[in-house]
Amino acid sequence: MKTFRSHILVCGGTGCHAGGGPLVEKALIKEIQRRGLADEIKVVETGCNGYCAAGPVAVVYPEGIFYQRLTPQDVPELVEEHLLKGRPIERLFYREPAEKEGIPEMRDIPFFAHQKLIVLRNKGLIDAEQIDEYIARDGYQAAARALLDMTPGDIIEQIKISGLRGRGGGGFPTGTKWSFCAAASGDIKYVLYNADEGDPGAFMDRSVLESDPHAVLEGMLIAARAIGAGQGYIYCRAEYPLAVRRLNIAIEQAREYGLLGRDILDSGFDFEVEVYQGAGAFVCGEETALMASIEGRRGMPRTRPPFPAVSGLWGRPTVLNNVETYANVPQIIGNGGAWYASIGTETSKGTKVFALTGAVQNIGLVEVPMGTTLRTIIHDIGGGIPDKKRFKAVQLGGPSGGCIPEQYLDLPCDYEAIVQAGAIMGSGGMIVMDEDTCMVDMARFFMDFVQDESCGKCTPCREGTRRMLEILERICQGRGEPEDMELLEELSTIIKDSALCGLGQTGPNPVLSTFRYFRDEYEAHIFEKRCPAKRCVDLVRFVVDPDRCKMCGLCFKACPVHAITWEKKQPAWIDRDKCVKCLTCITQCKFDAID
Amino acid sequence: MAKLKLEDLKRIKERVHKDNSLREGGSTAKITVHMGTCGIASGARQVMEAVLDEVSLADRRDVIVTTSGCIGLCSEEPLVTVEILGQDPIRYHFVDRKKMRQIFRRHVLIGEVQHQFALGKGTEHETTP
Repeated sequence: MKTFRSHILVCGGTGCHAGGGPLVEKALIKEIQRRGLADEIKVVETGCNGYCAAGPVAVVYPEGIFYQRLTPQDVPELVEEHLLKGRPIERLFYREPAEKEGIPEMRDIPFFAHQKLIVLRNKGLIDAEQIDEYIARDGYQAAARALLDMTPGDIIEQIKISGLRGRGGGGFPTGTKWSFCAAASGDIKYVLYNADEGDPGAFMDRSVLESDPHAVLEGMLIAARAIGAGQGYIYCRAEYPLAVRRLNIAIEQAREYGLLGRDILDSGFDFEVEVYQGAGAFVCGEETALMASIEGRRGMPRTRPPFPAVSGLWGRPTVLNNVETYANVPQIIGNGGAWYASIGTETSKGTKVFALTGAVQNIGLVEVPMGTTLRTIIHDIGGGIPDKKRFKAVQLGGPSGGCIPEQYLDLPCDYEAIVQAGAIMGSGGMIVMDEDTCMVDMARFFMDFVQDESCGKCTPCREGTRRMLEILERICQGRGEPEDMELLEELSTIIKDSALCGLGQTGPNPVLSTFRYFRDEYEAHIFEKRCPAKRCVDLVRFVVDPDRCKMCGLCFKACPVHAITWEKKQPAWIDRDKCVKCLTCITQCKFDAID
Repeated sequence: MAKLKLEDLKRIKERVHKDNSLREGGSTAKITVHMGTCGIASGARQVMEAVLDEVSLADRRDVIVTTSGCIGLCSEEPLVTVEILGQDPIRYHFVDRKKMRQIFRRHVLIGEVQHQFALGKGTEHETTP
């Protein structure tokens, strides 16, 4: 077969044909022959190129240069300059039509500009249900390297060099965890994959599983090789049906390709994976409770040690990591631990995925290098607070974490700095709150969540969180006692010190962190029987202040039960017998005139 | 499909690149509907139905329609990426059935980018490290 150094694809569609395409093509063939290039350059007539408005069009390969609005007069120049001398003619290039000028480059949009994609590198690019598309993005290359060219020791070494720490919340160094498990005796070992994402407002894991399930499978396969495990379990909640479906498709396709099963890639290594659907209990995100659940027992934690790395699932050495941790692994093995360690801060390497939600313009999933400031994440990437409201605080780490107020917004996000500010990195839930949020109410919400999710095994958590919730509810209802704050602090300390697992130990954190930064709000609730954010309905009087009322009628129009009387040039008036305390009027009022 | 060997990974990669690259695959346009939970919840399925319907109405076999996951900007779903041979990909946001039909008829068929629905052009992805 003859090979040509260049192809010119001339559009032969109806649009270009009518615009004079055949003349251009004829001129091209003639000119190429005249220059003696017929053996080197092939002219191909194609079907409609789709961009008829700019016709006649032609594309020159291998450069892929798109020429538009060609005339036979352009042809001699095109052949001489581009085909002979290799200088494409800019004059004939495809120009962005004028109306396209208003469209920004994706990379320049602040939401994307500040992100660095490692875990989310395939987001929106590949079809999650096609293993081939993952392979086309260099998928399973790292696994191949780990299985064929590296010893388990090499793998663990690279993970240690990378400085990767567990992304589920605790931040334990992943390489160290693996080396404990690799060193543990026993011929049967397990790798577990914690996809039991349960923090209110968190959706990082779900998103990764839905858009790139093979990345996590590959990470797991590498982990299995590192510790010598033959079986893995993915613990994913049944509340994530799409994630479970795509995971199962991914596993099936990997099995068909022999990337799971016996003798993977002729390496002699066997590995199988199964999805285990959890019923959605928050406590099952705790490693020992998760293992109990897979074993078919009630999802309750047990005391540690022994740690799972020594005695885990069915008493065998087990490595358990979070979705995001596993998704990092193929990139580390593929690009080397040192590459990964070059990103991030002194103590925290790589990137972190956050689920940005709450009172922020751009709700979504963001991945930033460790050390990015909260201000960048919330104001630049998140686009700030909607409706010109003021930022109040951001909750990190869900019910186990804490809130960070305005003065710490320039804090670089890494494990240590966030702990110092009174929160935890957690799995990456980031809930932004504006001035309309009552911090006491927020603490009450999380305490309600924790006491509801408490498994009931240990008394401090079962009873303590229940009592704390009662006190918080009392405060929100205006029945707070002066000694309540002290009592809450005392209970918090005891629960933290004595609860069996992480859920209980960290349960009081939202209360403690709001004490630290928003003590004045508790005092206003307890001593003045007033809710500064006007969220606690029992402390709001629902009375219009005629001096502040600008008589605009917004509240009148918004009230769903018609409890507000208003006429033009008259201040509004609320009939408290009809009022259902839904807070709509307060949200609507621009002048803060309702107390 | 038989069990893969190492060299098969490379072969698959090349084949997919070939099939997906608009020129080599013989296609002129590719439409990606982003279908994570967030997209589906805000109507990506309806958008998908609309685009499939438009493609069959126009009888265009050179248009690839595919799905992918969330691109991260969940608050602006449904998102759709339209790639035309030789041009920057355009991402459209807040797409619905009607907008999708218009985008297909105007942008895909006659090349008029519907800038009023567009979020951005190009890609936010870096080239591989």
